[in-house]
Amino acid sequence: MPPIRTRLVLTLTGFGLLLAATILTGPLIGSTHISLGRVFDRTIAFADNADAQIFFIARLPRVLAGALVGAALAAAGVVFQALLRNPLATPDTLGVSSGAALGAMLAITLHINLTVFGISSIPAASFAGSIGALGIVYALASARRRGLSTIVLLLAGVTMTAFFQALILFTQYLADFADTFRTVRWLMGTLDVGSYTPILAALPIVLAAFAMLATLPRSLDLISLGADAAAARGVDVVAAERLALASASLATGAAVSLAGPVGFIGLVVPHLVRLIVGSDHRLVLPASALFGASFLIVCDAVARTVWPSGELPVGIVTALIGGPFFLWLLVRR
Amino acid sequence: MMAGKRRVGALTARALAILLATILTATTQTTAMVQRSARPERIVSLIPAVTEMIFAMGDGARVAAVSNYDHFPAEVASLPRVGGLLDPSVERILAIKPDLVIVYATQRELIERLDRAGISYFSYQHKALPDIMTTIRAIGTRIGSSSQADAVASGMERSLGEIRTKAAGLPRPATLLVFERDPASLRNVFASGGYGFLHDMLEIAGGRNVFADIKKQAVQASTEMLIASKPDVIIELLYGDSLKNANIATELRAWDVLASVPAVRAHRVLALTGDEFVVPGPRVVDATRKLARAIHPDAFR
Repeated sequence: MPPIRTRLVLTLTGFGLLLAATILTGPLIGSTHISLGRVFDRTIAFADNADAQIFFIARLPRVLAGALVGAALAAAGVVFQALLRNPLATPDTLGVSSGAALGAMLAITLHINLTVFGISSIPAASFAGSIGALGIVYALASARRRGLSTIVLLLAGVTMTAFFQALILFTQYLADFADTFRTVRWLMGTLDVGSYTPILAALPIVLAAFAMLATLPRSLDLISLGADAAAARGVDVVAAERLALASASLATGAAVSLAGPVGFIGLVVPHLVRLIVGSDHRLVLPASALFGASFLIVCDAVARTVWPSGELPVGIVTALIGGPFFLWLLVRR
Repeated sequence: MMAGKRRVGALTARALAILLATILTATTQTTAMVQRSARPERIVSLIPAVTEMIFAMGDGARVAAVSNYDHFPAEVASLPRVGGLLDPSVERILAIKPDLVIVYATQRELIERLDRAGISYFSYQHKALPDIMTTIRAIGTRIGSSSQADAVASGMERSLGEIRTKAAGLPRPATLLVFERDPASLRNVFASGGYGFLHDMLEIAGGRNVFADIKKQAVQASTEMLIASKPDVIIELLYGDSLKNANIATELRAWDVLASVPAVRAHRVLALTGDEFVVPGPRVVDATRKLARAIHPDAFR
């Protein structure tokens, strides 16, 4: 087997090229026909150029949002699967995205119309919800100095998800008819963010999370084998676990507040990438982020074009493609 | 083997059909046992539009209870509330001792329980604008006020006809009719599709619905669809809770990002407020007139 440096270069180049290709072709696909020549024709004022507006206001933000959300969810999936030593773990396993959903539900049904730094209330509230959920999980994980057993963390996460789901249902029950409809649509996930502002707001959070994750691959390799083995090899397991938990949860919170709970990316992409590059987290983590971005851009292109009247929510597309694919992976092995 | 399975399947289907027929006959018999009063005096209305219809006929005094969502006319404020379309409270309805409950056709469970309780009901369903007048006449007949109901319905048809005639000679600008979206952004925009009473009102008022080809009541319009549909006029409907905390001028500025849309460039993005736009009752005439005034401000003053 070639040295890790060569494999890393190969992996990053391959998945990087794939992402570049999807980012470049993504904005060319859509329900309306636009002429590329007209899009980049500087002689037409931007305000007069509907083709350029469709390209730069309707499509490009979606592609970039897809890249950001896909990368964040896939990387978070890798981390949670390693941290919890459970192949079924997803970015939602610890309740972070349910917390985000609860925040969004409350903003919708209480008609909170505050605009924070140009961000409308719904994404802001949903990020606040994810931070609240992370706070609870983090407090649970820190409650014992030696760290929590993964079983306790898993059970706590499942319980919190169920609890938040109950609060979401309660909010929906109290909501107006039209609001209930909107909350249900929010839960399906969509990348039609409408402008660059929400993407720019989520970007620093995701980048900060990625910077923290970049220090983790070696520890994750060892932790996924078992906490004792990792400690024996000189890993500060408690510190590494807390850093992994916080960074993956931040990435998830930013992604969900931007696009809603888009499912299956965090579950399917890491497994798929492991089939290609093996189980070394130095390869799996960056490759999953790149491939998650490409996968979500492709799913959104399908969502935008496959339905004759209007569009499908992208969360439905990722689930419809990801679900059967994951089952096939399970049976094949 | 396969044939055997199919035979079992056919037998099961026949058994089910017989069972279903028995249940259905039983239900009809119960219905027949319900006493029908020709002139009900204690009417429960579970739909705001129906409440407005009965009040418009001049029979508001016979309404004994309304839904949680009733706000019009002002008299309903003092009436008991018995739940809504999705969560009608059977217990509260029974406590009113109604002699007629007016329900929406999708309230199947409620209808079954009213049947069991021996309370007579009137069920209806709305699709397009003309159905409103049909329902007014049908309810009028059922509650013994057919001549008043006919007067209300005919008056509405006349007024809508006048608006239609007046708008017919005018240019028909491409119009986007939005009834729901996220605050301060163009996310989750829901607009009228080419079907339903909002679409009919828009067409009568002299606008050409940009989503007329999508045969749905509600279209979730992506940013791309909003730009590509090139509306000359954008009308936002604000009502109920969406009106409560909204700063209308700030909200309308959310559209400024779509600079190539003709309506944005010509400053023809406007808001209309009031729940008459979303309650398919007698006030749709006022709502249609307001729409016409928004689309053709010079012709309709």
